[in-house]
Amino acid sequence: MSNYSDIISFLPYKKPFHFVDELVELSDNQAIGKYRIKENEYYFEGHFPGDPIVPGAILGEIMAQIGLVCLGIYLSKPEERPHVMPAFTSMETDFLSFVKPGDLLTIQSEKIYFRFGKLKCRVSCKKEDGTEVAKGSMSGIIIKQNKLN
Amino acid sequence: MNMTITQENVKTDLLEIIRSYLSEEIEASEISGDKHLINDLKINSAHIVDIVLDIEDKFDIMIDDDAIGKMNTVQDSIDMVLKKAA
Repeated sequence: MSNYSDIISFLPYKKPFHFVDELVELSDNQAIGKYRIKENEYYFEGHFPGDPIVPGAILGEIMAQIGLVCLGIYLSKPEERPHVMPAFTSMETDFLSFVKPGDLLTIQSEKIYFRFGKLKCRVSCKKEDGTEVAKGSMSGIIIKQNKLN
Repeated sequence: MNMTITQENVKTDLLEIIRSYLSEEIEASEISGDKHLINDLKINSAHIVDIVLDIEDKFDIMIDDDAIGKMNTVQDSIDMVLKKAA
């Protein structure tokens, strides 16, 4: 079985903004992946001093990197996969519980549609004990790199 | 769908779809046939996809890459629906 390391290698993110440790499953309709919150994530310095809690915006980003970008790369043509440049276009998400350093998050994303380069998914984020910490729908588009400038 | 497809009812339904994706700076009364969806009505390209999906549902048609590329103005979109639904 592939561990999808090729898909992870095509992600355009680098530390400290790379939030995919492992992809457990990728298919035409869904993605499942994991990310463990490190003790020294850069944003804990300010959110909050002495009381580290993962910001909702970062949780949304983790969900999008696994649920939209990894799935979007997988759904792209093989020759286009290394060049995917994603743009987050919308998110409607409920944040249900706190996430702290050391928590292992499992993201499950179910495709609603992938049409004309736009991917929309229902995405859920759970902790190891099964607690759902966030869920909602999000979408993004794949843009050609030469359109960024 | 039982109702006959005419230019007028396509226009009515299409305007209703477009209206829900307008930004606050554009008034619904500004929508007219000659308006360009992206340049004049300031509809985001990600929302163009949502408009296309809504059109597919509403008129029970399939829109392909070629057709979406020709949907520049409101009138282009009406013409495309009329052609596909014919």
